[in-house]
Amino acid sequence: MTAHASKLAVVGLAAGVLAAAAFTTPAVAQTWQPTKAVTFVIPAGTGGGADQMARFIQGVVTKHNLMSQPMVVINKAGGAGAEGFLDMKASPRDPHKIIITLSNLFTTPMATGSPFSWKDLTPVAMLALDQFVLWVNAETPYKTAADYINAVKGGADRQFKMGGTGSKQEDQIITVALERLTGGKKFTYVPFAGGGAVAVQLVGKHVDSTVNNPLEAVAQWRAGALRPLCIFDTQRSTYKDKVTADMAWSDIPTCKESGANVDYQMLRGVFTSQGVTPAQVNFYVELFKKVMATPDWKDFMEKGAFNQTFMTGDQFKKWVEANEKLHHDLMKEAGFLATN
Amino acid sequence: MEELASLMNGFYVVFSPFNFMLMIVGILLGVIIGVLPGLGGANGVAILLPLTFSMSPTSAIIMLSCIYWGALFGGAITSILFNIPGEPWSVATTFDGHPMAQQGKADEALTGAFTSSFIGAIVAVIMITFLAPLVAKFALKFGPAEFFAVQFLTFASFIGMGKGSAFKTLASMCLGFALASVGLDSVTGQLRMTFGITELLTGFKFLTAVIGLFGIGEILASMESGLAFSGSHAKLKLNAVIEAWKKLPKYWLTFIRSCIVGCWMGVTPGGATPASFMSYGLAKRFSKNGDRFGKGEIEGVIAPETAAHAAGTSALLPMLTLGIPGSPTAAVLLGGLLIWGLQPGPLLFIEQADFVWGLIASMYLGNLVGLIIVLTCVPLFAAILRIPFSIIAPVIMVICAVGAYTINNAMFDVWMMVGFGIIAYAFNKLSYPLPPFVLAIVLGDMAESSFRQSMLLSQGDVRIFWSNGLVGFIMTLGMLLLFWPVISWALDRIRTPKPA
Repeated sequence: MTAHASKLAVVGLAAGVLAAAAFTTPAVAQTWQPTKAVTFVIPAGTGGGADQMARFIQGVVTKHNLMSQPMVVINKAGGAGAEGFLDMKASPRDPHKIIITLSNLFTTPMATGSPFSWKDLTPVAMLALDQFVLWVNAETPYKTAADYINAVKGGADRQFKMGGTGSKQEDQIITVALERLTGGKKFTYVPFAGGGAVAVQLVGKHVDSTVNNPLEAVAQWRAGALRPLCIFDTQRSTYKDKVTADMAWSDIPTCKESGANVDYQMLRGVFTSQGVTPAQVNFYVELFKKVMATPDWKDFMEKGAFNQTFMTGDQFKKWVEANEKLHHDLMKEAGFLATN
Repeated sequence: MEELASLMNGFYVVFSPFNFMLMIVGILLGVIIGVLPGLGGANGVAILLPLTFSMSPTSAIIMLSCIYWGALFGGAITSILFNIPGEPWSVATTFDGHPMAQQGKADEALTGAFTSSFIGAIVAVIMITFLAPLVAKFALKFGPAEFFAVQFLTFASFIGMGKGSAFKTLASMCLGFALASVGLDSVTGQLRMTFGITELLTGFKFLTAVIGLFGIGEILASMESGLAFSGSHAKLKLNAVIEAWKKLPKYWLTFIRSCIVGCWMGVTPGGATPASFMSYGLAKRFSKNGDRFGKGEIEGVIAPETAAHAAGTSALLPMLTLGIPGSPTAAVLLGGLLIWGLQPGPLLFIEQADFVWGLIASMYLGNLVGLIIVLTCVPLFAAILRIPFSIIAPVIMVICAVGAYTINNAMFDVWMMVGFGIIAYAFNKLSYPLPPFVLAIVLGDMAESSFRQSMLLSQGDVRIFWSNGLVGFIMTLGMLLLFWPVISWALDRIRTPKPA
């Protein structure tokens, strides 16, 4: 029970910090250390990709003793992640709060009109980019993305079913992008609650294809139930170790090579609250550098076939700005923008 | 028998002193987590997950899964004693468990609940041991239409079971559906009925609702009846367990039915909560004493507890073989597997035999140890009811408030809990039944998603619900149950024509 009690105490402290911050100006020192537990907010449910990564980071930090204070992970998944982001927005100048992001940083405010944007946060670092792969059931005849796209072209409108996670989020954005190539034929996009469930729906042939992340579908691929057609990146994956009997991640062609010129990656980044000092941001940048230097992290990256791009500071900020615009354009084209 | 050899190897893994110790620690922690409303098995496991990163995966999963078993056992305790479901899956246990406690039969109810939990779990583990590959294939057959059929069956098994008017049941259920639809609509990605209130983004949380409806509602009702907390005259009987056991065997049919419901719902995966509701509904429909359900029938405790534990246990099977979590707790464990460097999926049984069979062996042992621990505490738990109401009531209020707060660390939830308590009071006064309301809050969301996913798949063609044998069978069964009151009435009319 001690773990639970300390969690409560920590949350109490975190709630009180707003009041504390109002009275004391944060000391602008060259180095900064957290003075109490750090809350790591996950704007998604338990068991998903962001959740796994955040809990993994928490584990690595604990295991290698990278921080003097504990790290507490909290899921705030409500309203497609709006709950977590609004919570960050409501606690400015709180350096003891960080949040992991997925594409819902951009898509949720655009699709639902929830009042927040990345500008309400301070970017810390891009940890990696998560990949998307076009999967079909291994019993179907499609060998390349072009085969599949041609089948969609030749079929009836909405005949082909694309399973995905959530609505008006990354999976559906990719689906809409693919529809540019299908000669006016649309997919029937069916949203499910979680990536693992989506992969299983494809194995059970309840849908025709998915754009699962590597981590969500790799087990079914290795078991021979699914076939990857292409990866939605401009370059092939760099992981050359065999995943199945005869294929490695690097053997999956890019979608452009395979005849479907679409690319999309999802940000796995960390942000903290608005108005924190550069020293405080720097502490987290150094912390994540240490996390990434561990062998555990390298294993994790390889398992999920992540695109290992690390960015901080202005470079990261520019990337986020550009990516927000990209999402705005994609969602506008798809008609997903909230009208109010 | 290849499985038996593997299982023996598993027992060998579990019987190291370190793993055995972890198992007992896990069970004890789990029971405490189960007793506290709000702090569910999923939260408990998530909080303790980082502790396990330095352990071997097998030791880690043994401890974490034992927390889960402990929570499954513990959930029943407060349901029976105070009408506060410690866990969502023990809501149905309150329907008959708490009336039994009020009649001074708390020990019998607790023994019944723990024993049925154990039986449900063991049946599920045996299924996992011998039928894992087969069962995993069955789970693959479940698409949105099948899920909706199962959810429909659960609702159908509840309609018309209320003592009062069927229309009141329907009204109560519809109010539950309305509350369930608040928050993000998962199919269109739009917010519904949140009116710009940030706290409503997450919708009405089932746990807040049940803590308020049952815990606070019960306190309000007791206060009205003159602060008399009935059940305080419970005698301390040390042989209560043996006495209660003597009564259990005659309910063998309920046990079998509940095990089937539980295993099925765990595997597909529907979850322990719907399993317990469906099992309760079916037991009431088919029991000879069906009309006495809700007034303190032991059968009404056995049915949901057996099913909940069978479902909770078998929920680990789709997690291991397919990588889909059958329950929120399984979702957290799934994250754990990945962190420990294991990949759930069809190959796990082959590549990580030690891990899988160690886990399965720990399921047998963990549940046995758990049963012994909780059974020895039955007289102790029952004795809590001897504390005067004026002392226990504030304690319950505090536990409820802490529980509601813990769910999301939000004060808003505590006020919502109070609001639900008042709703429960009003429901009782106007004799509207609570169970359909609760069922709609917990399942409404899922049923809606499954229905709309099915409609997307079939382009709006309702015949998808009869498109294959499996879904057609479940749907037809659901329809029969739904219209059973009308059908039986009609049959009666045909058989015995009304004398003119």
